[in-house]
Amino acid sequence: MSALNPEDFLDVDRDLSGEERAIRDTVRAYGDAELLPHVADWFEAGTIPDPRGLARSMGKLGVFGMHLTGYGCAGAGAVGYGVACRELEAVDSGLRSFVSVQGSLAMTAIHRYGTDAQKQEWLPRMVTGEALGCFGLTEPDSGSDPGSMRTRARRDGDDWVLDGTKMWITNGSVADVAIVWARTDEGIRGFLVPASAPGFSANVIHKKISLRASITSELVLDGVRLPKEALLPGAEGLKAPLSCLSEARYGIVWGAAGAARACLLSAIDYAKSRVQFDRPIAGFQLTQRKIADMLVDVNHAMLTALSIGRLKDAGNAHHAHVSFGKLANVRAAQRVAATARSILGANGITLEYPVMRHMVNLETVATYEGTEEVHALTLGRAVTGLDAFR
Amino acid sequence: MNIVVCVKQVPDTATERKLSSKDNTLDRDAADGVINELCEYAVEEALKIKEAHGGEVTVLTMGPAKATDTIRKALAMGADKAVHLVDDALHGSDALGTSHALAQTLKKIGFDLVILGSESTDARTGVLAAMLAERLGTPQLTLARKVDIDGSAISIERVTDYGYDKVTATLPAVVSVVEKINEPRYPSFKGIMAAKKKPVQTFGVADAEIDTAQVGLASSWSEVTEFAVAPPRAAGTIVKDEGDGGAKAAEFLASKKFI
Repeated sequence: MSALNPEDFLDVDRDLSGEERAIRDTVRAYGDAELLPHVADWFEAGTIPDPRGLARSMGKLGVFGMHLTGYGCAGAGAVGYGVACRELEAVDSGLRSFVSVQGSLAMTAIHRYGTDAQKQEWLPRMVTGEALGCFGLTEPDSGSDPGSMRTRARRDGDDWVLDGTKMWITNGSVADVAIVWARTDEGIRGFLVPASAPGFSANVIHKKISLRASITSELVLDGVRLPKEALLPGAEGLKAPLSCLSEARYGIVWGAAGAARACLLSAIDYAKSRVQFDRPIAGFQLTQRKIADMLVDVNHAMLTALSIGRLKDAGNAHHAHVSFGKLANVRAAQRVAATARSILGANGITLEYPVMRHMVNLETVATYEGTEEVHALTLGRAVTGLDAFR
Repeated sequence: MNIVVCVKQVPDTATERKLSSKDNTLDRDAADGVINELCEYAVEEALKIKEAHGGEVTVLTMGPAKATDTIRKALAMGADKAVHLVDDALHGSDALGTSHALAQTLKKIGFDLVILGSESTDARTGVLAAMLAERLGTPQLTLARKVDIDGSAISIERVTDYGYDKVTATLPAVVSVVEKINEPRYPSFKGIMAAKKKPVQTFGVADAEIDTAQVGLASSWSEVTEFAVAPPRAAGTIVKDEGDGGAKAAEFLASKKFI
């Protein structure tokens, strides 16, 4: 019997438009040729060795802010952006994070809340990857409850002066501009902090055992003085950074499906060639049960992503829909990665195969941009109308 | 400069490819259609020449309706417009018929330079550039690994078994390229989004004044009369060296008339 295609078992991609398909094929070809051959080495080295070069090559492709319009952005829509995230994260969650932070967090914040001058200054250079941005919301003592942040911005004449610390900031030490959220007398506001501002520093966080092909930093703001033009005028209150996070989270919904798919394919491939007790282990019932469970998880995740993407393109996506996708798909991807790793046995723990890399990456993906618990509370509130957050 | 790149949609080499049992022609519905790989190099070279010398790049493809995907890919890479030659009368054309159809179309749309990949992964005849040049009465510069243009002078490095030949000619001309020539760019997402807005003109045989007696399956000079799946390879012969390994190997080679 000839095998059906495990990669897209339900032919979910039949629903993609020509453009969305072209984006998928382009990112996949780019990932296979330019990223996949190196990513295990980057992961082992615990960094992206040439983040500027990577940014320029991704910028040439047009992935940064591809869902936005104007300023050189592609205007590819939510599903187009999602498919790109899926294919990038099939390579590595760290590389999808690289794109999410630049496009969904930093560029979206400027695009949505910035002045014309701020947009003109940053967006065209961020699209091409010439300039990198990061997004500083989380603090050492402020994660799921960002409203408890301690970073302060106080007015001093026409200027603003920022003090505080931001933590777990992807691309923090390589960024040219940090979008920093700070408490002010008028509530939480966002600021564009150039990396060159005196008093601003970024320290790389070492000893990570997840998302190692990614640069993570702590940002320190020690009396950083900014002109009044550094304020994002459109962003008032916590809603602003949270709406950016919802954008990045949306990319994770798709990305997790990509990581899960990569694990499934690796496991099937391995199980068909690994011979024990005189036959391929793929022929054993216990393995087939695992493969069937993984297949269901991967295809559910792809369907969920596409459904939310279509809602988003139609302008009907609620942030709770994105919470649904993140909760469901990351959890599914974690199950798939762990199952795949069990099929690969000892080989599964090496960087010769992608599964353990995905498995430990997904530990980060599960908690960043909203933990599973926070998304569960969001869903509970969405369908009961009762807030269980505090 | 008016550059026309001929591109072809071929069945994805990664999927199972079939011939149709009806008429022994390629079953183009059985497999996903993709742009022939060498055609991507041709598009890249056309774009590079345009970037250096100005002008316009037109994509020309002959193929069924679904070949529009391949046209979009070339447009997404950066070509300006496209002409799609599509007509049931063209089905089953061999290289001679195809070259007649494309040459007629090229005469209609005009060109200074025609660029093709040196062969396609489906039929693999590798003769189309030569045939086109002959039919158009232009110089042919085939198997190029490098193209230089200076005014109306064009010179290429033509790949040979022993190195390369330097071939020069005057435009208009037909060039075919090999994969050594460049590294095709990825279509950018902006390019992908812009591609759907670029003009694609559809030509039938009448529009291009194609002589229907010269195209199509019935008019083909070559015919696929039969096809079969290649038999699986038989197990090899193992020669065990018991002091006489050399003699045994020689005997085997002699039995196969290699020595």
